Amino acid sequence: MSTAEIRQKMFGHADKNYLNHSKGFASWALTLDHKRIGIMYLIGVTSALLLAGVFALVLRTHLWVSDSGMLSDAMYNQMFTLHGAIMVFAFIIPSIPAALGNFVLPMMLGAKDVAFPRLNLASFYLWVCGTGFLLVALATSGLDTGWTFYTPYSIRTQTSVVYATFGAFVLGFSSIFTGINFLVTVNTMRHPQMGWFRMPLFLWSLYATAIIQILATPVLGITLLLLIMEKLIGVGIFDPALGGDPVLFQHFFWFYSHPAVYVMILPAMGIISELIAVYSQKKIFGYTFIAFSSVAIALLGFLVWGHHLFTSGQSHVVTLIFSAITFSVAIPSAVKVFNWLATLYKGSILLCTPMCYALSFIFLFGIGGLTGLFLGALSTDIHLHDTYFVVAHFHFVMVGGTLTAMLGGVFHWWPKMFGRMYNDLLGRVGCFLVFSGFNLTFFPQFVMGARGMPRRYASYDPEFVIFHQWSTVGAFVLGAGIVLSVVVLVYAALYGRKVTGNPFSGASLEWQTSSPPSFHNFDHPVVMHDPYDFGDMVYDETLDSWVHREFIEPDRRPEPVPAHH
Amino acid sequence: MAVAEPAHDTDHDHHEHGEFIAHHFDSAEQQYDSGKLGIWVFLVTEVLFFSGLFVAYTLWRSHHPEIFTQAHVFLDKVLGGINTVVLLFSSLTMAWGVRAAQMGRNRVVAQMTLITMVCAAMFLGIKAVEYSHKWDLGIKPASLWHYTGEHTAAVGPLAVSLGISDWLVTLSIIPAILLIAFVVVSVVLRLMDKPVWSTFSAGLAITVGGYFLGAVGGQLYMQASEGSSSHASRAPVVLHASSAGYQEQDHVAGQEKAVDSHAADAKAGEAHPDGNAADEHASNDHGTDAHAGDSGHGAHAVDPHLPRKEDLDQDVRIFFSIYYCMTGLHAFHILGGIAFLAWIFYRSLVGHWRPDYFGPVDYVGLYWHLVDLIWIYLFPMLYLID
Repeated sequence: MSTAEIRQKMFGHADKNYLNHSKGFASWALTLDHKRIGIMYLIGVTSALLLAGVFALVLRTHLWVSDSGMLSDAMYNQMFTLHGAIMVFAFIIPSIPAALGNFVLPMMLGAKDVAFPRLNLASFYLWVCGTGFLLVALATSGLDTGWTFYTPYSIRTQTSVVYATFGAFVLGFSSIFTGINFLVTVNTMRHPQMGWFRMPLFLWSLYATAIIQILATPVLGITLLLLIMEKLIGVGIFDPALGGDPVLFQHFFWFYSHPAVYVMILPAMGIISELIAVYSQKKIFGYTFIAFSSVAIALLGFLVWGHHLFTSGQSHVVTLIFSAITFSVAIPSAVKVFNWLATLYKGSILLCTPMCYALSFIFLFGIGGLTGLFLGALSTDIHLHDTYFVVAHFHFVMVGGTLTAMLGGVFHWWPKMFGRMYNDLLGRVGCFLVFSGFNLTFFPQFVMGARGMPRRYASYDPEFVIFHQWSTVGAFVLGAGIVLSVVVLVYAALYGRKVTGNPFSGASLEWQTSSPPSFHNFDHPVVMHDPYDFGDMVYDETLDSWVHREFIEPDRRPEPVPAHH
Repeated sequence: MAVAEPAHDTDHDHHEHGEFIAHHFDSAEQQYDSGKLGIWVFLVTEVLFFSGLFVAYTLWRSHHPEIFTQAHVFLDKVLGGINTVVLLFSSLTMAWGVRAAQMGRNRVVAQMTLITMVCAAMFLGIKAVEYSHKWDLGIKPASLWHYTGEHTAAVGPLAVSLGISDWLVTLSIIPAILLIAFVVVSVVLRLMDKPVWSTFSAGLAITVGGYFLGAVGGQLYMQASEGSSSHASRAPVVLHASSAGYQEQDHVAGQEKAVDSHAADAKAGEAHPDGNAADEHASNDHGTDAHAGDSGHGAHAVDPHLPRKEDLDQDVRIFFSIYYCMTGLHAFHILGGIAFLAWIFYRSLVGHWRPDYFGPVDYVGLYWHLVDLIWIYLFPMLYLID
């Protein structure tokens, strides 16, 4: 193979690629290719996002008026429960690791696939099966316990708790298997010259996420299994009428569900590290600090679950300890935010769609994280617990954080996945709609919550009407932004302008493949480079792609330019 | 869908004598190391999965120690001990099998794996005897609890003729069907000249035989030791049909009253070693005036070797909820283990193992050792409380 052919394979556009490598339904349904599994996951979680999003819009429409909204009280309970359960279990926990992580992780490592491809496919089918059970719950008597399934109400209610908890149980195993796969892959399948500290930061965050998935999710598994047993044969562990302890359920549940929120945010932060670096064309500031902060968040996240139980009647000593540790877990997140800002400083900023999302993330996650401190402080939490302040806080971190980062990442890697470019202007319009709609929806909720509006209430005091109405308008704008983004991306995948392997001058290994990648990812020997050495990248006109300096013809190679003047 | 697939399941892309390295691995070593790390990580998740139950046990035992001391009289140490020895032995044969796989001795692997499977099935057989005996007494999880100090009846013809519990018959139906099916299939396959599958089916039949070995052995032990001091009386009672309800035979007539000290304490309602907690509860009215041997209450005769219903704490049911959840989840993992062992058994028959490829045997072995280890914890925690 001549040098020109090798360079074309490494950096060109590929008409023969993993998408058309084999055809037919079975070739997708039984695929072991991590890229195809990632695409299937992406379609799945996006569908879950849109379904649960519709429930949210129904809720917000109901709350337009302070009393006698369009839903009955029972229906309202079902709506917020299903919105929460589908969003948490079927969308946000799998989202970035399963959809983007599956696609990108092996390529970032220079590997041909994950360590256990069949386990990967099993993970996907477990996702389908678990989500199916959630849908069965929806179609039968629904669910009105809140996504948190607190006992004893979840034992008494006649709604489809067993189907829903079993669905969540199965989804938990999907998550565990993804975690096992990623942990082993990063450990054993890195490029031989890629030491731990030459990995892209997205991989550090996925590794930390895998640790949490492995340690925390089984505890949710046993909790939900015990709840199912409680309902089916009445074991009496959580049921006070049989001698059980309902607060024990809360402890078990939050022992998983708090680390779970770090499963939601860590991969998002990993994406932001990549986006900020690439679109400032500057080496990430404080690589080691960011890497270790991911692990620190993962570990500290296991020590704070009691902050969800401040008002449950647990002892004062325990409450104080949880509050103190909750403050400490904010520190590694802040470390990351400062490092990102320092990376932006004197960088060569490209304000394309992914960068717009990345900048949105820093602002929105900043607010979300800081408001978590209000909730972690005992004196304020007494007033804010179970109010809209909490609702606003977690939407700022989950939507303003994770969803924003996911959209940024999807836009960023879309040209790699499909070899076609999205319409950047419309993409940025979508980002603007998401950002402004989101703020309009959730900022008033902080104010409402601080003024006493309780959460999960179907009707409310008329003093809050204006806040709810702003919030409802914002929700529709946010929805429009998400739908527009999806349309832009789907259109791009089908009809977008073809692009080559490295249109944005990324330096990590996934950009050293054709766009879309071939079935085996790398049809050529992989050359290891520092993932953040953008000074080494040169634009090659013949290939219409950014390449590492060494791949340019010697006589056309420009002088290296220092990163800082 | 609740059966967890271990990571080892996926690290090969295999033809009978061909390439055993999967296409995405660079070397056999990388494949083996990946599988090893994968199975260990999976075992960590299994430990955490059980941890919730261990935490529940710890909390209840520290807050309500009296229900543990009252309840454990219903658990038979000898049967539990036999199960422990059976599982330990199965771990030995499993390890032996791994060693044989490392040496490429496929026949030995097949034999050792089969013995391991038989031991696992025996464990389940003994468990079936234990569970059915408890259900006879109405000892079920909390909400289904209906312990009265009496035995329920054996009414089915099979149960009556064999002198065993109805419940045991019910539990043994599926194994019986499977045994017959596997034997028939094995013979048919042998006639169809498919020797490997025939041997495989025969192996499965032998495995199910292990269940009956455990169940029969356990049942014989139970009947032989009725009235002994290690356990409350256990024989189910055969009833006479009666239009006025049941007339229970007094099957304990003439037997010595060798009751162990805890049951005596509970019965007498005397100063309880744990500080009179049982006393307080014993004075609660647990129901009607069911006194031992009071024929005015009905035709039931209460078994004097069992603790009286009134002497048991209301919350003793929670002990059994925890017991059933822990041993039930463990038994479920034993079943899953039998499935994985069957897979290894089949691959041994086909001769897949060689010195440079034996990973899956190693990984299933690790899983099996964990299942054994969990039982090693459960046995003293549940059975050896005094």
